[in-house]
Amino acid sequence: MTEQTASGQTTAGQSADARRKFSNGVSAAAPPQAITVGKHGSGRTFVVVSWVILIVFAVLWLIPSLWAIKTSLTSNSTSAIGAGPILKDWHLTLGSYKTLLSSGDIWNWYLASFVTSILTVIFAIGFSSMAAYALSRMNFRGRRWVFLLFIGGILVPSQVLIVPVFQELNVVGLLNTYWAVILPQIPTVIALFVFKQFFDNIPRDYEESARLDGAGYWRIFRSIVLPLSRPVIAAMAIVTFVGTWNNLILPLFVLSNPKLMTIPVGLATVQGSFGQRLSDIQASSILGALPLVILFLIFQRQIVEGFAGSGLKG
Amino acid sequence: MSAQLEASVLGLTPRTDVGRGSRRTRGMTRAAWLFIAPFGIFYILFMIWPVIYMIITSFFNTSLVRKGFGSFAGVANYHEMLTRPDFWSALWHTIQFTIYTTPPLVILAFVFAVLANRVQHGQWFFRLAFFVPFILPSAAIALIWTFIFTPSTGLWNSFQALLGDQNPLPVLGTPSIAMVGIAITTLWWTIGFNFVLYLAGLQDIPRELYEAAAVDGATQWQQIRAITIPLLSRTTTLVLLLQIIASMKIFDQVYLMTGGGPGISTQVLLGLITGTAFTDNRIGAASAASVLLFIVIVIITVARQVITMVQERRAARND
Repeated sequence: MTEQTASGQTTAGQSADARRKFSNGVSAAAPPQAITVGKHGSGRTFVVVSWVILIVFAVLWLIPSLWAIKTSLTSNSTSAIGAGPILKDWHLTLGSYKTLLSSGDIWNWYLASFVTSILTVIFAIGFSSMAAYALSRMNFRGRRWVFLLFIGGILVPSQVLIVPVFQELNVVGLLNTYWAVILPQIPTVIALFVFKQFFDNIPRDYEESARLDGAGYWRIFRSIVLPLSRPVIAAMAIVTFVGTWNNLILPLFVLSNPKLMTIPVGLATVQGSFGQRLSDIQASSILGALPLVILFLIFQRQIVEGFAGSGLKG
Repeated sequence: MSAQLEASVLGLTPRTDVGRGSRRTRGMTRAAWLFIAPFGIFYILFMIWPVIYMIITSFFNTSLVRKGFGSFAGVANYHEMLTRPDFWSALWHTIQFTIYTTPPLVILAFVFAVLANRVQHGQWFFRLAFFVPFILPSAAIALIWTFIFTPSTGLWNSFQALLGDQNPLPVLGTPSIAMVGIAITTLWWTIGFNFVLYLAGLQDIPRELYEAAAVDGATQWQQIRAITIPLLSRTTTLVLLLQIIASMKIFDQVYLMTGGGPGISTQVLLGLITGTAFTDNRIGAASAASVLLFIVIVIITVARQVITMVQERRAARND
């Protein structure tokens, strides 16, 4: 630690020298090179320390996943004995995955998760972008009230509404259908506001020329505004997809038919039903997580920016 | 405003402008409502109506097994909840969980983000390590960590045994530390979100500030203290309040890992609410508890809005 500050000071001295040299010479805008040199010097110890801390924690963070993967590749009989044997046994086997993939349950879960997540995304993104367009680009009476009403939705945590939503779906007889999972997740206020903010910043000239050509609102929305918004649509669609795919509380209470269960609900039933088959349990958690890992590897940027931009936390 | 703008762009004479303008406005109003309708209908059905229904049923003895609201109960449901010891213990466990998770989730995320931002290279690796758990289903997370916390044979206890503790306590099976186990799981699962928010906040700090500070001889640590921490204060407020709101809504990890046990040592508010509704079939009482939790979350959210507004105003004044 003392070493770090010491080296920081010496190099700081150097960079001060560099600055003096440059201020005598060219203009103030000139010395990027000198500064980089100075920074590299003063920061070397710091960068090394940073690397060490980060890598230690990153490895720590990777251990649970790697442990689950290793266990899923070990036989059930070995994994039942304990941590030591799992670590020592390197006769890797795909037995657990074969069992799960041939049982059919997991395919039902995948189907349920795909159907409900994709339909939710289509409706949620379509409807929220339409409403955002009206709120951003059209002037009409009551706009302010509609806006306030929707803003209020940010205050409402959907988890707290599980009981009334259950009752509502119960009354109309939608329990144990995919619609019970899809419909309540369609009004996503956050997406509406992210869209509205984006639409607010699209220059009006784009629409004006289309209007001169006689295009209606729907045409303008579809062929001008939406294509311009592709990055936001991608980000919001993926964030919504991840959110609906991972939602546990809603499908947990509105789906009781095992054939209709989504992956989170299916996984929630695993622990009890699999008993001591620890490798199978870990394999099922890996299979449940796999689609999202693949999604992350493909859409890294959209996912990260989407979550950061929406400020949406589960 | 926009109608005027359009009219002026169209270059119409003032007289036709008036006539066209009003028709245009009417057309626009109709179009606007048509655009809002699909979202609006679902918003009313699944946001507004449930809130109203929740408030109404909280004053009735509504049950899952009978149709209708049931008999009028007045404030009996609220009175019951506010005098039930397990309501207060669920509230306490929720707060306990918030206390356990918030400081490490904010501080570690900050440290990771600042360091990852400094080292420049290999950011994808840290995003993979820290952020990927956040997008995985809570159910998969719970399976992984319940396995790690398995008494005696699990990774956690094996590690403790390796360190010399020959009879380590089963983490999820011991009332006093079960919530710590859930908090560790949550820390591992959700830090990536805060990490990414901080990384985004760091992008907004102009590089020139650091360069100027370096020129003035500031060490890396001084730069972090004098530039990074103050300029990230708005991100920190955001992270902090989002974290508190998210922690108040904790349900998944508890339901999946301990089911509220051992005993009721990890029972949280949403667990109490769903238990009252779906196990005891008492919708009215569950609604009263939901309304109480709802009020707490609304207060925190409003506080967040106020703090953000104050910060923005202060920032505007400084500019």
